[in-house]
Amino acid sequence: MDATELARWQFGITTVYHFLFVPITIGLSFLVAGLQTAWSRTGNEKWLKLTKFYGKLLLINFAMGVVTGLVQEFQFGMNWSEYSRFVGDIFGAPLALEALLAFFLESTFLGLWIFGWDKLPKKIHLACIWIVAVGTVLSAYFILAANSWMQNPVGFRINPERGRAELTDFGAVLTNKVAVITLPHTVTGAFLTAGALMAAVAMWHLVRRPGRDTEAFRSAVKLGSWTSLVAMALLFITGDIQGKIMTEVQPMKMAAAEALYSTEQPAPFSLFTIGTLDGSRPVWSLDVPRVLSFLATGTFDGRVQGINDLQAEYTARFGPGDYKPNIPVTYWSFRLMIGLGVLAALLALWALWSIRKGRSPAPHKPSTRLLMWGMIALPLLPLAANSFGWIFTEMGRQPWIVFSQMKTAIAASPAASSGDVITSMIVYTLLYGALAVVEVGLLLHFARAGLPDVTPPPATESDEDRPLAFAY
Amino acid sequence: MELSTLWFLLIALLFIGYFVLEGFDFGVGMLLPVLGRDDRERRVLINTIGPVWDGNEVWLITAGGAMFAAFPEWYASLFSGFYLPLLLILLALILRGVAFEYRGKRPAASWKRRWDWCIVFGSVVPAFLWGVAFANIVRGVPLDAGHDYTGSLFTLLNLYALLGGLTMVALFLTHGAIFVALKTTGDIRHRANLLAERLGVCAAIAAVLFLGVTLLRRATPAAVVLAVLAALCLVGGLIANRMPSRTDPQGRREGWAFAGTAAAIALAVASLFADLYPFVLPSTVDPLTNSLTVTNASSTPYTLKIMTWVALVFTPIVLLYQGWTYWVFRKRIGTSQIPEEPAPVPAAGGRAT
Repeated sequence: MDATELARWQFGITTVYHFLFVPITIGLSFLVAGLQTAWSRTGNEKWLKLTKFYGKLLLINFAMGVVTGLVQEFQFGMNWSEYSRFVGDIFGAPLALEALLAFFLESTFLGLWIFGWDKLPKKIHLACIWIVAVGTVLSAYFILAANSWMQNPVGFRINPERGRAELTDFGAVLTNKVAVITLPHTVTGAFLTAGALMAAVAMWHLVRRPGRDTEAFRSAVKLGSWTSLVAMALLFITGDIQGKIMTEVQPMKMAAAEALYSTEQPAPFSLFTIGTLDGSRPVWSLDVPRVLSFLATGTFDGRVQGINDLQAEYTARFGPGDYKPNIPVTYWSFRLMIGLGVLAALLALWALWSIRKGRSPAPHKPSTRLLMWGMIALPLLPLAANSFGWIFTEMGRQPWIVFSQMKTAIAASPAASSGDVITSMIVYTLLYGALAVVEVGLLLHFARAGLPDVTPPPATESDEDRPLAFAY
Repeated sequence: MELSTLWFLLIALLFIGYFVLEGFDFGVGMLLPVLGRDDRERRVLINTIGPVWDGNEVWLITAGGAMFAAFPEWYASLFSGFYLPLLLILLALILRGVAFEYRGKRPAASWKRRWDWCIVFGSVVPAFLWGVAFANIVRGVPLDAGHDYTGSLFTLLNLYALLGGLTMVALFLTHGAIFVALKTTGDIRHRANLLAERLGVCAAIAAVLFLGVTLLRRATPAAVVLAVLAALCLVGGLIANRMPSRTDPQGRREGWAFAGTAAAIALAVASLFADLYPFVLPSTVDPLTNSLTVTNASSTPYTLKIMTWVALVFTPIVLLYQGWTYWVFRKRIGTSQIPEEPAPVPAAGGRAT
């Protein structure tokens, strides 16, 4: 493998890993803010207990999101210096804005939230977690604006003298239609994930520890499951719009999502295909007629361009070359994204059903045992769906790093040798592997621990010696 | 003033902010096994920086992002050229960030000890390597006509750069010790004061040597003035660290001492940037054609103009709320405020019977 190939693997691995933590952080920070608001409004102690319980899971997860995010910012320069030179005039600004507007907000107010339980007035302390939550979405917006520019470059011109893309309209970059639709799709994906995590953990307690904080955990199952269900509905809507925009700006990606080789009108959507090894020809497939036409164009008899026609069109436009992404990868990642997301929503529905009207799943019944397996899968499915979504959207852009402007093959760092990239790959793999074990261990530990005691410390102690709340 | 020059100043400012702020939390991290004699004391130390270290680190992320946006060529050449040191810095910062969050999450002593070492490693390594990196930036590195780094790891590990690394470590140790003295009560405060005295002398010697060598290689008037001021501030801070506090006879004038080391670090970094200008990454090979300067590394005036407006509006807001955090957590802490370990978690797998 050459350095570029290695750098691509590294980007894929580190980004997918980073994005395991990001959606949980985004979704859970809002849910925790919601729980704390409920406590502040009602004074009911169960909400405070849930706030602290899920708050702890949020913090364990947040730390990983922050540190793995560092790698992302450095990586553009370290592994992709030619890319950085080409796009820096445009791509750097959203990154700088993300740090200045979002990261400062998140880190500072998270610190205030963690350590401020007894130092800040209640209302201000509550505002802190809301600010953190808003910060996570701001951050998502800026980085998605940057990514969307790679999918659909707008607001720029090419300066042939300096050999780079130069910004001409920053407003166009920030309101890129791909960014505007990708943000809600990504954020609702985050809510699907965080809701699933919340519901699954709470359900585990209801079944395994009956009688302990039942009322609170029932509320958490409901909140988490409903969040996931609403998120899934929104994912369909946003995903549908996104598909139509994608068909418009990156038709090859849509064709690759279906492995549609020749242009068809109307085009079917295949749920499952057994293809030849190179993916160029289906052996057998299960098709639903006209659905791809609808996904791509909004009408059931729309024309969808096929890969071969697009290849010919791109060759005429950009010169000879292979303009096809890796078809089996795009085909399957697209299906897995949708399928696993839907499965998660169904499991959330099952969780709600099992506690309907004050019922609780009886332990030792076979259906309960099955439900427990479902609850283990529940948070993992959206995590996988998120990853496949990103794999699809990034692999579907290939061979371009910036669609229609720069190919991935010429974007890597000339100064970074294969040895350098292998070294960093080994370091990240070992480090990330070890941290995954630690993080999952801690999450399970605290998820099992149950709700914390929230009785305030005796008031007799002087203020000087009062222990710090929530100290490290 | 040209916008590219303004952005050179702003990036200098972001790195100054980073080194002044993260400098003391690196110092506290490095001193963890020295000043923290038992777990309770180590928790006091960690809690002095607990609410703020993450915000301090964002200064680096912002500096990196600003460099990417304002000087893409600088960002690209520097990050791809200083590959392995940056990889080590990342490794260190990752371990350190996770360690702060995770060390208190399990009661076992072995668990905590391991994370403590991650904090020490995660503080020493970036402190040293940032010193090495900045020394090399000022000194210049071999670049080809495409502005790509052509040296190896060992090109970066020259004597001058190693001295830069040691200076950074010594300064941050002193800065951190004084911060601990400023933020704690009782015995730890006293020990931190004494340690700062000794560390301060080392830091002063290292800083004078390093800045001296830097200015002998190439000196601009501004760099000389800033370096002299840095030295004076450091000495002033160390003197304040020996003067008895007016409110507490046991203590010293730690507020002034901290102001002194903070100003010394700020001015020393400013002096390096002043010495660098108008270059951003000079080349030791064909310096006239291959060097990166504020002109040939910068983004377009349009991008810089947008960035300038954003920075003008939002930087004061950031400073305001970050300053507020420091105000909220201004109180000194001592061992008596460290809460007991959280109650052990009930045995796992307690199935219903």
